[in-house]
Amino acid sequence: MQRREFLQMLAAAAAAGLPLSRALAGQGMASDDFYALPRYGNVHLLHTTDTHAQLLPLYFREPSENIGVGAARNRPPHLVGEHLLKHFDIQADSRNAHAFSCLDFAAAAQRYGRVGGFAHLATLIKQLRAERPGALLLDGGDLWQGSATALWTQGQDMVDASKALGLDIMTGHWEFTLGADRVRDIIDNDLDGQVDFLAQNVRDSGFGDPVFEGQSLREVNGVPVAVIGQAFPYTPIANPSHFVPDWNFGIRESDLQTQIDTARKAGARVVVLLSHNGMDVDLKLASRVKGLDAIMGGHTHDGVPEAIKVKNEGGHTLVTNGGSNGKFVGVLDFDVKNGEVKGAQYRLLPVFSDLLPADRDMAALIESIRAPHADKLGETLAVTDGLLYRRGNFNGSFDQLILDALMDVKDAEIAFSPGFRWGPSLLPGDEITMEDLMAQVGITYPATTLNEMTGERIKFVMEDVADNLFNADPFLQQGGDMVRVGGLEYAISPLAKSGERISDMRLGGKPLDPAKTYKVAGWAPVGEGVEGEPIWDVVGNWLRDRKTVSPGELNQPAVLGLKNNKGLLG
Amino acid sequence: MAGRMRMRARMSGDVAEVKVLMQHPMETGQRKDSEGKPIPAHYIKEVMATLGDRTVMAAQWGAAISQNPYLSFRIKDAKKGDTVKVSWTDNKGETASTEAKIG
Amino acid sequence: MDAYRRSLLKAVGAATALAAAGMVPLRALAAMSRPEKAFEATDPQGAMTALGDSAAESDQIELETPDIAENGAVVPISVTSKLPKTTRISVLVEKNPNPMSAMFMIPEGTEPFIQTRVKVAETGNIYALVEADGKLYKASSQTKVTLGGCGG
Repeated sequence: MQRREFLQMLAAAAAAGLPLSRALAGQGMASDDFYALPRYGNVHLLHTTDTHAQLLPLYFREPSENIGVGAARNRPPHLVGEHLLKHFDIQADSRNAHAFSCLDFAAAAQRYGRVGGFAHLATLIKQLRAERPGALLLDGGDLWQGSATALWTQGQDMVDASKALGLDIMTGHWEFTLGADRVRDIIDNDLDGQVDFLAQNVRDSGFGDPVFEGQSLREVNGVPVAVIGQAFPYTPIANPSHFVPDWNFGIRESDLQTQIDTARKAGARVVVLLSHNGMDVDLKLASRVKGLDAIMGGHTHDGVPEAIKVKNEGGHTLVTNGGSNGKFVGVLDFDVKNGEVKGAQYRLLPVFSDLLPADRDMAALIESIRAPHADKLGETLAVTDGLLYRRGNFNGSFDQLILDALMDVKDAEIAFSPGFRWGPSLLPGDEITMEDLMAQVGITYPATTLNEMTGERIKFVMEDVADNLFNADPFLQQGGDMVRVGGLEYAISPLAKSGERISDMRLGGKPLDPAKTYKVAGWAPVGEGVEGEPIWDVVGNWLRDRKTVSPGELNQPAVLGLKNNKGLLG
Repeated sequence: MAGRMRMRARMSGDVAEVKVLMQHPMETGQRKDSEGKPIPAHYIKEVMATLGDRTVMAAQWGAAISQNPYLSFRIKDAKKGDTVKVSWTDNKGETASTEAKIG
Repeated sequence: MDAYRRSLLKAVGAATALAAAGMVPLRALAAMSRPEKAFEATDPQGAMTALGDSAAESDQIELETPDIAENGAVVPISVTSKLPKTTRISVLVEKNPNPMSAMFMIPEGTEPFIQTRVKVAETGNIYALVEADGKLYKASSQTKVTLGGCGG
């Protein structure tokens, strides 16, 4: 397709009221045109989220399981594989099909190459900014955590890289696991005057005073635009609360409404929530608060090609989710005339590293960040015969590898590993370097543990996590996936009541005895003062001994009671 | 024992918003110490607030109020410069009080 | 009207009059009205019964509690009553060994609003019980208490 024809098609699509992404997705676009996205309107917001400190290009497999329950069943973001392609009218085997789905992952990854990387991201952002003067760059958080260098520099590498990227506004989640003092230090000394760190939903535990600015009022091409920040509401539950002992979080819906009303009174014509709630929470929240034009969301790492329109008392709110690991940039354009939003256009652009030349300045910065750690980062621990990935409701091959290492090294019958959704994928034949391992386990509470737990307690823990994933009320979900379980076979009924989802628990073919005590290995304890060998040493040494790993079958639970759920393949 | 309380009173529109933090263990009597001995119940039972001669809040508490209790209430017909006084008494008969001018 | 409330009103009336005359310590006002039976009850129904006639559900009570407790030992709650002539606000936590947690007396001139933090033993309802114009009303809201970890 020629560029002129393409533009004509866009115009026709727009005239027909067809979302742009759908128009684009339907065409097997030539790579030259892949990033052609004509400017629309006069208020422009660019959005990255959950990059998890991935400075270099990588592979990232989207989930093959993302089960939606209750109102979330069979609607975005709970669509995987061909269900997702069909819903968003994306051509099978296309570049976009690879970006948004897990289908034929390893082969498609070879074909289309790596995604993300800050040097390539920088090129795309520059291009988008050139086309969209005045555009604001927002980051939804999980920016300062997820890599070896981010851990070893306490987030400094990402602070520097995001400033170089031209970041305007951010909020946070894993940022808080650097500890309250470090977060304060970065905000006061590094971000001051350049990047606004916003979180309307964080309060001190004394009188309940706001800890951060809640909103930022900016002018974009003469239009007053308010951005409100929403940090991950369950930070002190999902992560250790001792990192932020004096801060309380929560969704704080009524405080959010007050923020919106304040912004409108101050003259904002466009009000947007930069959210780390997770998409299901954002969809519910959008139906309850009024006066938001859009929620640009993250946390659940859902690469959703289009914005979802949610009706509410005030009209409607567009809800987006921007994927993870630097794989996407969200572009939201508003057409504001006479103080009113007349229309909006959204597209989630995949960042294909091979289509975007590296930005020279950013590449140099990344090189200087990595240089002092080059030897450690580059150590090859082992080679993988098969695909290693993490995303999925119940298990991933990289998680299985961590579980196997834990059970082996700790001589445990059962292992638990957190259902983190970050961590890049490795293709068959790839080397597993220390850097690759750290991208799966690089956290500030890395201790491994060995505990004696009764069968009853094991079930209780698994039920608790299952409810955080499958509660029909999104406000009672925490994001993240089911705890990864090694050694123990089980069945799960996502639709069952809280406390009744887990069944048929078996160890070596025998039913788990509620009264018997079992040895359970784990890592990432949320309690304070837990000591143990760091997970990267445990898994690192295990890999060094093996030299080659062959990912085999995953320990997956039998999933019961679901019919035609489009959050599962097939 | 003023050190055991912190208070803030501020006009917010035409009402005075009072926030109080009280330092107190609020033991339920159902916990045990590291040696397995029961920790006796020790909790604030009564809280009183006055504005001049006027009682503006009176509360009866059980041990389920969190450790180092927080309480906020709002007084109508108050003005800047008025003094709010808050006091508590616990189940052992200990008391504390503090006061603040409405700002 | 039940016997407890009758005696309470009498006591409050007497104490207020005496206090105004500077004749009893103001503290006595609260002391006179402690609903011991409600605090001793081991289930929410028992506590509510001890407080008076059965309470009617009301949408004029705004009870704000977190959906998930960050820390079951410190759960922020706020209650705002839009019911005219609100005189008392009580807070009960369903699954606690003694559900009755607090009773606040709201004199005229004080807004029918309280905010505090309570302990919540396990996932369950929190109740706000409001007395207005001599009648009892209630509202409830569920708070989930979870182990944590594994998110992200």
